[in-house]
This record gives sequence, C-alpha cells and structure tokens, in this order.
Amino acid sequence: MLALHFAPLLAKYGPQLINLLAAGLLLLSFAMLTQRRILSLINLFAMQGFVLFLSTALVAWLTWQPHLFVSAALTLALKVIALPWILHRLIRRLNVKWDVETLLNIPSTMLVGIVLVILAFNLALPISNLAGTVTRATLGIALASVLLSFLMMITRSKAVPQVIGFLAMENGLFFAATGAVYGMPMVIEFGVALDVLVGALILGIFLFEIRERFDTVDTRHLERLKEER
Amino acid sequence: MGAPVSLEMLCLLGSPLLGGAVLALFGHRRYAAELNVAFSAFTLLAAASLVVRIVADGPLTDWNEQFFVDSLNVFLVALTAFVATTTALFSRPYMRIERDHGRVTDAGMRLYHCMYQLFTFAMLLVLTTNNLGVMWVAMEAATFTTVMLVALYRTHASLEAAWKYFILCGVGIAQALMGTILVYFAAEKALGAGAGTLLWTHLDAVKDQLEPTVLSIAFVFLLIGYGTKVGLVPLHNWLPDAHAEGPTPVSAVLSGLLLNVALYALVRCKVITDGALERPFASALLMGFGLASVAVAALFLSRQRDIKRMFAYSSIEHMGLITFAFGMGGPVASFAGLLHMTMHSLTKSAIFFAVGHASQKAGTQVMDEIRGLIRVNPTVGWGLMLGTVAILGMPPFGVFASEFLILTTAIAQHPWATPILLLSLGIAFASIFGKVQPMVFGETTARRLPHPPALIPVFTHLALVLVLGLYMPRYLADWYRMAAKLIG
Repeated sequence: MLALHFAPLLAKYGPQLINLLAAGLLLLSFAMLTQRRILSLINLFAMQGFVLFLSTALVAWLTWQPHLFVSAALTLALKVIALPWILHRLIRRLNVKWDVETLLNIPSTMLVGIVLVILAFNLALPISNLAGTVTRATLGIALASVLLSFLMMITRSKAVPQVIGFLAMENGLFFAATGAVYGMPMVIEFGVALDVLVGALILGIFLFEIRERFDTVDTRHLERLKEER
Repeated sequence: MGAPVSLEMLCLLGSPLLGGAVLALFGHRRYAAELNVAFSAFTLLAAASLVVRIVADGPLTDWNEQFFVDSLNVFLVALTAFVATTTALFSRPYMRIERDHGRVTDAGMRLYHCMYQLFTFAMLLVLTTNNLGVMWVAMEAATFTTVMLVALYRTHASLEAAWKYFILCGVGIAQALMGTILVYFAAEKALGAGAGTLLWTHLDAVKDQLEPTVLSIAFVFLLIGYGTKVGLVPLHNWLPDAHAEGPTPVSAVLSGLLLNVALYALVRCKVITDGALERPFASALLMGFGLASVAVAALFLSRQRDIKRMFAYSSIEHMGLITFAFGMGGPVASFAGLLHMTMHSLTKSAIFFAVGHASQKAGTQVMDEIRGLIRVNPTVGWGLMLGTVAILGMPPFGVFASEFLILTTAIAQHPWATPILLLSLGIAFASIFGKVQPMVFGETTARRLPHPPALIPVFTHLALVLVLGLYMPRYLADWYRMAAKLIG
C-alpha cells in the first residue's frame, strides 16, 4: 500500500533525488580528502559505496533496466560490505597508527580539490549536453570524484589511504557509467568488479609484505629506487 | 553465429589458463619448468594453426563475435606465443639457478610458474577479444599478474618497484576505463545499448557516425591509460624499476610482449577515433608522445648504472619510435611500425636472456662490476654483444630496416622531427655501446654457474632478426602490408 503511494512520488522526484545523491557523493569525496583518521576514512569509503548503491538502484528503478539492479547489488556486496570489511581487518592486523599524515596541508588540498571540480565540470559539459539519460547532470560530478580520489592518492603518504583512494576512484568510474550510459554491459561490470576485488586482495597481501620488510606502511620509505644524481 | 568457439581459439586461450591452474598446484616440483615450457609450446602450436587459418580464410569472428582475429592481431598473437615459449625455455635453467642461489622459495616458484601462464593468457585475451570492455579487464589482469611477478624476490627494491608499478598502472588503467565508458557512451547513440555496442567490429562499421567531441575526450583518457602501460614518457616511471627488480624472464616478457600488447590496444582505439574525427587528432597525440619518449629515454640512457634499467630505458625509446610511426600513419610508416614491433620484441628479449645469465655470472646487475664476459663464456658475451648491436640498429639486422623506414618517412612527411630522432638515436648508440663494450671485453670478474645457461633462445631470436633484416619473404611482407592497411 505504501509502495503504491510511493511509486509516483519517486517517479516525480527521482531525477532530483539522483542529483541529490550525486551531490552527496561529491561531498563524501571531499570529506575523504580532508579526513585525518584512517578508521573514519574507511567508514567514509563505505558510505560513498552506499550512496553509489542507492543511486544505481534508483536509476534502475526509474529506467527499469534489470541489469542495473544486478549492478546495484554488486555494489552493495562489494563496496559497502566486502571491501570495508577487508580494510578494517587489514588495519587491525597491520596495527597501523590511527592518524593519516598528508603531504600537503588540508586547506591547500581543499583548494586544489575545488579547482579540480571546476575542471571536471568544464570537461563534462559538452558530453552531458549530448546525453539523453535522466542522470546526465551527474557526469561532471562523477568525473570530479575520480579526480578528487586521484588527488587523495597523491597527497597521502601511507599505503592504506592510497589504496582507499584507488578504490574510491573506481567508485567514481562506476558512477560515471551509471550516469552517462545507464551502466556498462553486464559482462564488463562483473569483470571490473572482479578486477577491483582481486586488486584489493593483492594490495592487502602486499601491505603485509611491505610491513614485514620495513616495519612501517609509510610509502615514503619506498623511495630508494631513483635515478642517480 | 551461435557456433561454438573454434578449436584454435579454444586451445590458444585454454592452454595457458589450464597451465596456470596446473602450475598453481605443481609449480614447485622439479618438472614444473618443463611443464611450463610444454604449456607454452602448446599455445604456440595453437597460435600457429590460427595463423594458418587466418592466412587461408581471412578475418575470423568467433563465439558470437566475442573474439575477432584479423591480420593485425594474428601477427601479434603469433609473436606473443613465440616469445612466451622461448622465454619459458630460458627461464628453465635461469630460475633453477636463482633457486640454488636461494633467491626464490618453493612457494615463489609455484607463484612464478602459475603467474607466467596466467600472464600469457591475459595478453592473448587482450589481443583476441573483440570487446573493448573485456580488453580493459584483461589488461588489468595482465597488470596484476606482472605485479606478482615483479615482487617475486620479496626484497626491499622489488617490493618498492611492484608497489610503484601497481599504483601507477592502477591509476593509469582507471583512466582507460573512463575512456572506455565514454566510447560506450558515443557508441550507444549509433548502435543502441547492449552487450554488442562495445564490440570493435561493430564500432568500426559505424565509426563515422560517432560523436567527434566525445571520442576525442575518450581518446585522451585511453591514451593516458594504455599509454602508461606502453611506457610513454611522462607516464613511464614504473617501467625501469619493474624491469630492473623483477626476475629476468619477466623483464624479457614485459619488454618484448606487454608493451606491444598495450600499444595494440591503443592502436585499435586510434582506428576508431580517426574514423570519427575529421582532423588527425589521435595521430598528432601519438606522434607527440612518441617523440617525447624517444628523446627523454635517450637522455636517461647515459646515466644508468644497472644493466636491466638501461635496457628498460631502451625499451621506452623503441616503443616511442613505434608510437611515432603509427602516429605518422600511411602504408609505409605503419608497415615500419609493425616491423619494428616484431624486431624490438625479438631482439630485446634476446638481450634480456643474455643479460640474465651475464648478471648471474657476475653476481650483480651493476654494469661497472660486470667485466670480460667473452673470456668466461664466449656465447653469453657474443649474445649480449650481437643483441646490443642489433638493437642499436646496425645494418645487417632487421632493426636497421624498420628504423630506416621510419626515418625516411619522417624526412618525407615531418622533416622537423628528423633531427630529434637522429640525435636521440645517436645518443642512445653512444651510451649503450660505450657501456656494453667493456662488459663483454676487458678483464673478467665472472664465476661459474651451477646449471648450464640457456643460450638457444638468444641465438634463435638474433638469427630471426638477422634473417628478416637481410631477406623478408614475400608472404610476410604482404602480411605486414595488410595489417598496416588496417591501422591506416
């Protein structure tokens, strides 16, 4: 009964809701950029995954694309549950320090981030003008969150935040795929999801190796291979 | 349509996949190296029969169009399977020596053999798939397998190299996914949504209807993504480290095969982009990146102390040259690019085989400490010397022919680029030859190895390069010409 009342409302406000979720995604990207504590960073990553799941499910409902429901379920399983769980276990086993050091102070990072967002919107403008999807306005945001994750990878010196940045970048890419084209073909979504999972596992194994070798997971210690001066 | 996959394709992709599974279980046994060679040889056999079929019947689409083989990629399939087999032959004694020196454990050997086969599988999948999305997934898989291989020794330096490789190529390849999404976006307009939209053959058929703005942005993303794996210059940082710190057979396949495969992916995307755009946008980008790679790599060559690092920079230089040739386009330049791809692959892997044994003999990769190879083991010494002479483009070898073609086309079409190319090749010659010469001749520091080195692969490759430089069979030239026509 409730669903019957709910459905037309959803159809009416759906596109706006997607834009709202997109804004949430961008906000979470910024929050991750400024977050100093590693545990909160993982939680933010899980939240970003959840927003991605919500928006994918909403697009699937609005356009009635069955494969998008599968994609949404995949996002929920992988990015909201599996990967944060792996990351939580990882930091507990690695016993890493809670604080994350940034190579650039946070206000400057924010400013660079804002410039990146403007750049992303400009780049996405000609493309979203061509898109016929209900979600076309979100392409710029997707591109922006990819670039922000990229920035996060650059400005962090610890291995775990770099990994989270890498995974968050994949979130942005998935969001771009839903926003611009209602998701990629199923085979490819599965392939990409598998690659992300395998990649995260390999990175996890790596972190243990690195710590065993260097007693730290600070990648600033990984700077011996350089050109001779 | 709807027919099951052909036997050749099944064997080609099934053999390395099965090999990976089997070697994951038995990769540490005494006979594992032979098993590795056997699987690779079987893959080569399948590739050879595929070549025969393509030559007889023309392009082939298979398994509901999921696989597509034409004269462009069948030659790379054959090259990949061939070099993978000779490298497996080389790695048999090489890895035994490494194990006797205690650098690899049982688990390490299992990982090595398993990943070697899976890496071959991933590369062959990139080459034969018709789907740009699957191509991306396979390329990422190739990255993962090689990351594991680079980190095999678990030393400080190898872990650092692998981490750098993973992060840089991971970020790079994510850009390629963005590019793929944008291509799909453009294709959706012309072909409608669905699994068939990313099939290369479908895209090729409608490439003139694709939206030019979207495709030009998409190509930039794809160029950054796959260009990172090719080792084009601003994105090349991972390459020397990964080559220097991994086991030598891995350096040989990275240089000889993976770079080619990544460039192949880029060329496929370029064909689509050129079709959609009126102006030579993709070509200009490829030429610019190619030229920058040649020039910067040549300058870095003289500063190297580690022998594998030096030849890694030489790989960047040659990939730059090939990218430049594909960027120029036209029948002669594309022909030269394909020829140079083959020559570089064969020569560079031969060099790495020789370098591997040379550094095992000297117990170091530092060039100043490797001296007088020719006295202790004339075959290793001569292998290294001849390989170096070949890669530097001395006349009787095939590299000379392809470099000559690229240079003459550049003189005819883009005279401004010629001085940069000539100067870079000159600097590269002086740096590499000046460093290799005392390593081969001069007072010796080498020691004996517990197993006889594998030198048949070195001389097989060099002989092929020599023969192709002196005389190219008619059908092979026709074949290259056909493939060059596909690139445009």
